[in-house]
Amino acid sequence: MKKILSDKKAITLFVCPTILIMLVIVVVPIFISVYYSLLDWDGLGRGTFVGLRNYMELAGDERFVNSIKNSLLYVAFSLFIQLPVSLLLALIVANIKRGEKFYRTTYFIPVIISGVVIGQLWQKIYNGDYGLLNAVLGSLHLEHLQQDWLGQETTALIAAFIPNLWQYVGYHMLIMYAGIKSISPEIYEAATIDGADSRQIAFKVTIPLLKPVLEVCVTFSLIGALKIFDLIYVLTGGGPFFTTEVPTIYMYKTIFDSFHYGYGSAISIFIILECFVFTMLLKLFFRNKEEQA
Amino acid sequence: MRTMKNVKSGVLHICLMAIAFMQVFPLFWLFGFSLKDNSEIFGGNIAGLPQNWRFSNYVSAFNQANVLQYLLNSILVTAATIVITILFAATASYAIQRMIWKGRGAAMKGILVGMMVPIHAVLLPLFLVLSKMKLLNTYWALIIPYVAFGLPLAVYLFSSFMVSIPKEMEEAAAIDGCDIYKLFFRVMLPLIRPAIATVSIFTFISSWNELMFAVTFINKQQYKTLTVGIMSMVGAYTTKWGEIGAGLMIATVPTVVIYLLLSDQVQNSLVAGAVKG
Repeated sequence: MKKILSDKKAITLFVCPTILIMLVIVVVPIFISVYYSLLDWDGLGRGTFVGLRNYMELAGDERFVNSIKNSLLYVAFSLFIQLPVSLLLALIVANIKRGEKFYRTTYFIPVIISGVVIGQLWQKIYNGDYGLLNAVLGSLHLEHLQQDWLGQETTALIAAFIPNLWQYVGYHMLIMYAGIKSISPEIYEAATIDGADSRQIAFKVTIPLLKPVLEVCVTFSLIGALKIFDLIYVLTGGGPFFTTEVPTIYMYKTIFDSFHYGYGSAISIFIILECFVFTMLLKLFFRNKEEQA
Repeated sequence: MRTMKNVKSGVLHICLMAIAFMQVFPLFWLFGFSLKDNSEIFGGNIAGLPQNWRFSNYVSAFNQANVLQYLLNSILVTAATIVITILFAATASYAIQRMIWKGRGAAMKGILVGMMVPIHAVLLPLFLVLSKMKLLNTYWALIIPYVAFGLPLAVYLFSSFMVSIPKEMEEAAAIDGCDIYKLFFRVMLPLIRPAIATVSIFTFISSWNELMFAVTFINKQQYKTLTVGIMSMVGAYTTKWGEIGAGLMIATVPTVVIYLLLSDQVQNSLVAGAVKG
């Protein structure tokens, strides 16, 4: 047995494809990106090495700062609206007597649909002239509220948040639901015997026990918000007047529309670092809480 | 007391049903306008059912707007991605979990770190490499990156599944004279079928829906997948809602059908993907 399992040729054959493809497609390109970010390069010929100049320019680039502001608003919206809504739904659906599976299955449907379809669909819902939203408002005699939701600066950003909320509420709900269901029923019985009502059980028993799951949801939703691309790209392309632009869109346009390869790479490195820093901060945050508890 | 409780649960159910309605209504609406023509949509029947069901929108999406080509490309790219991901990830996991060699711990850690890398980080270098290798506008331009970014999670899921499988079966097979390849293909592979299902579903949904790589690496009609194809269709058909709707439906129906057939398994795969990713 041991001899069979030490077969060098088989090990190489089994492991090498994975290691190689990951090295070539994932690992090496990151280093290349870092290198590109230090160049002034329009894609033609060879770039000139400019050190950290791209990063310094980013710090003073109003459009970039604005895109970060938008993505942080997106993060805030995800954490403080999407997740609480999901948690509330998870608590309700997990405790309901009938129809659990129906609600779970229905809420989850949008999750499996492509961002392109979601973006196109919501563009049509928001359409100022023929959109579903304005038609509904019209039938409720709220004509004064009808507007071009994505086309004007005042409503575009919030209108771009909603489809994401709609799409992923079922995802977070399901993760939390699975967490709630894995809590032993004996704990609930004990709490009920001690005279706790359902609200007390939710806040004093379920939510504290759900912390590892909540950490997953917070991380997932935060990183997802920082990396959001498809939905915005399809829905607004960052417009009007950059009101919905996020760093990923700015990076994409800088590289593939304006051919500023160096500058665009600096933005992409910024996005990786941003995700990394936020992940670490969350880890720290949840660890500290555990120690206090 | 009892009636109070009934009223409360009734109200709760009404709220939950309202949310369920909001989650699926946009999709029904999409189905509705995919069957309408412009005079109907722009003539005031926005939210209602179509007056006569124009399946001709689907015919014209398939024939004139190339959607059939996009659909076939999506199927091909997704199928190839799933098969290659499973083969590579399962063999690598087997070598890491069962076989004896130095550096397997490091290999595992290295692969898992790959889960943290956002695809934005590699977009430009990959674009330039693929263009140098003359791979832009080929199926490989999508399959290779999809496999690479699908592998970490697949290896994770396979490895954790293999750990839970007792070694007796393999030991017995080895005594019967099986070599390592038979141990893997005849003994292990059938045992990890549930994990294969999970990985397939996860890989299917992520590569079927992927946009950023597809829109960057492919601009020839012939190789466009549904996501990028629909983007270009939208550009060309801005005012033809019916045809666009038909295209969106064609991109969506396969995933929804699979979901409705295997809803529990799809939910479990995606939750597993989130929790570990």
